[in-house]
Amino acid sequence: MDKERVEQIIERHQAEPSSLIQILLDIQSEHNWLPKEALERVSRKLDVPLARIQHIATFYKAFSLVPKGRHGIHICMGTACHVRGSTRILSKVKELTGINPGETDIDLKFSLETVNCLGCCALGPVMEIDGKTYGKMTTAETEEVLKSYE
Amino acid sequence: MSRITLKIDGKDVKAEEGMTVLEAARSAGIEIPTLCHHEKLEPFGACRLCIVEVEERGRKKLVVACVFLAADGLVVTTRSEKIDRIRRMIIELLLAHAPDSFQLRQLAKQYGADRNRFEKEASFCIHCGLCVRYCAEVKQKYAVGFVDRGIRKEISFIPEIAAKECPGCKECFPLCPTSYLQAAFVLTESLAFPSSSS
Repeated sequence: MDKERVEQIIERHQAEPSSLIQILLDIQSEHNWLPKEALERVSRKLDVPLARIQHIATFYKAFSLVPKGRHGIHICMGTACHVRGSTRILSKVKELTGINPGETDIDLKFSLETVNCLGCCALGPVMEIDGKTYGKMTTAETEEVLKSYE
Repeated sequence: MSRITLKIDGKDVKAEEGMTVLEAARSAGIEIPTLCHHEKLEPFGACRLCIVEVEERGRKKLVVACVFLAADGLVVTTRSEKIDRIRRMIIELLLAHAPDSFQLRQLAKQYGADRNRFEKEASFCIHCGLCVRYCAEVKQKYAVGFVDRGIRKEISFIPEIAAKECPGCKECFPLCPTSYLQAAFVLTESLAFPSSSS
């Protein structure tokens, strides 16, 4: 992520220490993760100690300190999805992407995450990619859906 | 600042408004055990060891003395069978994390806590926050901080700051009740700035 972009985001929030989380969220949503250089810049501009930023960035699951893929796959492991076969969907995705939950593939294409409920149990098993929900998944459909992402 | 009078273990204790129960008790020579308390630091209330029973308007409740403010007419009990039982439990739980901490073992002896009651889960750090708070509040260097949360919460040095500030300071080292801080520092040092170590 280039310095100017981080600079602009900080500027947009008037380098206000109380906007720290918002700034981090903006960086995260544009860059998919929080590089150390960006955090150091935020720390300097906002005059907030790096230790504090690190505490916040590791506290919330929305932030990542390691590179994330361009597409975030979330597979629901809730009870309804589980009985409808979400484990099969998960192993299919693991097989196709070659990564385990919590990991990112080497091309930075996909990051895989399991979640406990996406709140649409009637559609189970549910998979969500970049906020788009795919319901009533089968392993064959999973493959098609993953192939449609670049 | 107005003067207030409260009763601690049956003794009338005079205190200033704004003082915590712990400060009031200590000023009167009444000992309450603590792990995360430090005079120079803001109250934190992490270890819960200073738990006491207070009675206000006929209602009894358990509070931690290090953050609970003393009030006029407050009745405090610092030792009773109930309080000792709670403290024993806290010590036993902390011992599961740091079984060989000198401070914890002393307390265990005093309260009859069983070191082997819970399965050992040696994380060594008991999250008292003394190092983190001392570095932030007294030294204002912020070389060490907490990361993550819940059961994965731990202390972590910022290598760049630690390399510059820590070798000449190390004032937080004697504060740590478990020696985990020293271990974390040595680890950071050996990984991040080995050349500067003597």
